[in-house]
Amino acid sequence: MLQADLNVILPEIVLAIYAMLALVGAVYTGKDKLTAPLTWATAAVFVLLGLWIAGRDVADLAFGGSFHADGFAKFAKVAVLFSAAAVLVMGQDYLARRKVTNFEYPVLVALSVLGMMVMVSAGDLIVLYMGLELMSLALYVVASMRRDSIKSTESGLKYFVLGSLSSGMLLYGASLVYGFSGTTLFSGIIQAAEDGRAPLGLLFGVVFMIAGMSFKVSAVPFHMWTPDVYEGAPTPITAFFATAPKVAAMALFARVTHSAFGGIVADWQQIIALIAVLSMFLGSIAAIGQTNIKRLMAYSSITHMGFALMGLAAGTAFGVQAMLIYMAIYVVMNIGVFAFILTMERDGQPVTDIAALKMYSTAYPGRALALLILMFSLAGVPPLVGFFGKFYVLRAAYDAGLIWLAVLGVVASVIGAFYYLRIVYFMYFGEAEEPLDKPKGAILWGFLMASAAIMLLGVVNLFGIEGMAQAASLALVN
Amino acid sequence: MSNLLSIVTFMPAIAAVILGVFLRGEDKAAQRNAKWVALIATTLTFLVSLFILAGFDPADTGMQFVEERDWLLGLQYKMGVDGISVLFVLLTTFIMPLTIWSSWEVKTRVKEYMMAFLLLETLMLGVFMALDLVLFYLFFEASLIPMFLIIGIWGGKNRIYASFKFFLYTFLGSVLMLVAMVAMFADAGTTDIPTLMAHEFSSSPVTVLGMTITGGMQTLLFVAFFASFAVKMPMWPVHTWLPDAHVQAPTAGSVILAAILLKMGGYGFLRFSLPMFPVGADVMSTFILAISAIAIVYTSLVALVQEDMKKLIAYSSVAHMGYVTMGIFSANQQGLDGAIFQMLSHGFISGALFLCVGVIYDRMHTREIDAYGGLVNRMPAYAMIFMFFTMANVGLPGTSGFIGEFLTLVGVFQVNTWIALIAASGVILSASYALFLYRRVVMGDLIKESLRSITDMKAREKWIFAPLVAMTLLLGVYPSLVMDIIGPSVGVLVDNHETALAAADRLGDTGATVAASH
Repeated sequence: MLQADLNVILPEIVLAIYAMLALVGAVYTGKDKLTAPLTWATAAVFVLLGLWIAGRDVADLAFGGSFHADGFAKFAKVAVLFSAAAVLVMGQDYLARRKVTNFEYPVLVALSVLGMMVMVSAGDLIVLYMGLELMSLALYVVASMRRDSIKSTESGLKYFVLGSLSSGMLLYGASLVYGFSGTTLFSGIIQAAEDGRAPLGLLFGVVFMIAGMSFKVSAVPFHMWTPDVYEGAPTPITAFFATAPKVAAMALFARVTHSAFGGIVADWQQIIALIAVLSMFLGSIAAIGQTNIKRLMAYSSITHMGFALMGLAAGTAFGVQAMLIYMAIYVVMNIGVFAFILTMERDGQPVTDIAALKMYSTAYPGRALALLILMFSLAGVPPLVGFFGKFYVLRAAYDAGLIWLAVLGVVASVIGAFYYLRIVYFMYFGEAEEPLDKPKGAILWGFLMASAAIMLLGVVNLFGIEGMAQAASLALVN
Repeated sequence: MSNLLSIVTFMPAIAAVILGVFLRGEDKAAQRNAKWVALIATTLTFLVSLFILAGFDPADTGMQFVEERDWLLGLQYKMGVDGISVLFVLLTTFIMPLTIWSSWEVKTRVKEYMMAFLLLETLMLGVFMALDLVLFYLFFEASLIPMFLIIGIWGGKNRIYASFKFFLYTFLGSVLMLVAMVAMFADAGTTDIPTLMAHEFSSSPVTVLGMTITGGMQTLLFVAFFASFAVKMPMWPVHTWLPDAHVQAPTAGSVILAAILLKMGGYGFLRFSLPMFPVGADVMSTFILAISAIAIVYTSLVALVQEDMKKLIAYSSVAHMGYVTMGIFSANQQGLDGAIFQMLSHGFISGALFLCVGVIYDRMHTREIDAYGGLVNRMPAYAMIFMFFTMANVGLPGTSGFIGEFLTLVGVFQVNTWIALIAASGVILSASYALFLYRRVVMGDLIKESLRSITDMKAREKWIFAPLVAMTLLLGVYPSLVMDIIGPSVGVLVDNHETALAAADRLGDTGATVAASH
């Protein structure tokens, strides 16, 4: 029995052993000299694990139902692993040139990815919390990786304090849920609320848990940390924050709401719908005034989380499918945009002011065109793939009867279009200024171009992600 | 040639990709190559599109040349044309080579310029051919991107304001249509346009926020589509983006905007609003006829006082589009025939008028009416052509402008005499602003010092106008050329509309509006 259970979590075990071996090995040998090979090795491990998990066929449940290895977990894990690998590879050169060469960086990323893998598989409140905290603690440290930079340290501290608060709320909610349902297992909790009439205490617990998870996906009103942390952390780490943890946290959101509280959809639906609307509007409006492209991307990610939550608010299998597709598209777009931001330099120093992009298109037309495509895709303008993400969540919201949510969502997307257009405006319409340095790094160029090409060519069939997301959502909601 | 429509649609896009991938540099040779590739591609597209016309059977009122492929989420890649859309396709392919040719003097970023126009052509053709709701939306919205860039990069002094206004205004209009499309998809279970035309959306009254909506879901969907198409048309009072966009856009951009992009709104009304939501259209028709009449009179008056030539013509476009909406929502054979005819004819005439402005703008770099006067002394050929199109714009019998205005007025007269009366006054107003413009720019003595050395049109410029003159005259004296093609399809549309109204028990009931109860 135990052997079968261990077999299910074999990928997690492998990653944990890898992380520990890498840590110990690096400490006793080359230390920071090993950072570069370690980064590549970690990325390779992520990719291999992702391929392995995608092709693996194991039992759905392990450890008495406290660990799910179903199709949903598979989808989320593969997305997390691939995006983390991409971001690691992208940032390597940038960090090396900024002398941020701590060998702990790839190890911590590996550990946080391990946390993500555990939490998207959670079938039990304890497992959920273990995974979530492993992820978060690693992220707090990573955020303050540049120890000599005040901003980086500040962002790490802010993230830590607010993050602990949200973990506290989540834990408090979990304890209420446990108290009123008598079990920590999701399969037990869902039975306690099966007839659609949950005890009041359980509802309290749900609210607190949603608050905690909203913090992790940076949904309004739990978003305050996002712009500061995005701005303060070194750019490759910001890129990491914007991708893998968001996917994992959103997957956890879906996991908890459907596996544990699937019987009381009507109770949490209104909360999530409200959070979605607030996120979409606040993200769109607050981004208008930003001049720092990293802060702008922070608000953009808040908006996008609002849209993804719109899919979740539908409370249906199709809603989960729409959310997964949305997140997958979001991650690809963000990888492309951050691959671009990483190349923004003047005299060797990173530049984050969007006004520095003035007339970028004359100096580097290919890259400008790629970013233009990504910006229109982020704005959700067809025929780019970003539009299809919006189309799916709108359809999900409409089918669930949340017509007002769909209408507000599209209005927010128009407001949001303004600041994406502003970047295009700087690149193409502005007056010439001293150009940025010649972008370095073929890898970054590759990621930028690949991401833009995916946005353009995905219109044909979204690279088949629709079917995968559907299988994943049906595994979660039935 | 089972995929003729796709070939026509994507030929310009392929040319754009070829330009983007293979053409390097900004030197003279590269610029010349970009221009020639674009010109050849658009001309070839036009020639191939003639096969559509040749193979088109006017007697068949269904969709022709249909292509169908599965896409995602149960959507389809489906293209086809019927009597209503086929001529818009040809209008587009006909106008495009002329605009490319008219841009021969562009100096900055020629490659990108040509790419933007080629992509725009693909997207516009897609709009007129798409037979899937979401595919239509895809083309419809995507056309904003190249136009945004054309105005923003190659536009005039105030181009940034104009390009943002253009994009956000039209984007806001069409996202509501997107929600409506989602609703239709959910209700009918398909996005296939011919199927949706046959689908009957519920028209029993519903209550939204305490208001009882007559016509129910149909009215709501109609309003959502109306928001999009009315902005695109543009109808009064949401026309304010158009003068800005026109004034700031480069000449070729203005031509495309006036000749084709505006027609997307009218086409949308014909393809979606009228056939799919007959009850909603009927509920709203009095309102729309009223604002059309206001548009005709109001924007004509506004045009009278303009100082900028392009702005004047832009307002005249809004007025002429008023005739179109009026014709469409009178919902009878003459009205619809007239509306389609008016759109096609306006495509030639307003395109030509913007080209006329472009000719003198290229020489003097100003569009101020006051900067000109007495051009006839130095530019007789120009004066001649400008005269012709001014008259066509006024609606002189013998030019195509007359047929469209007359038919729409006949159409609306049968529905609402008062609206027809008000709208008819627009004919006089349009004569006054157009002739006023002509007198101030072309007639009189040449007293302005700066105009002493102005030269008449070059051969290239003359040749650009030749096909437009020919089409305007041909359609003016022999409108059956168009009517024979659109007539049967319009007839079916009118029949279906009346059947649907009879079924909903609304025939003869004209005064209904969205009523608030309680």
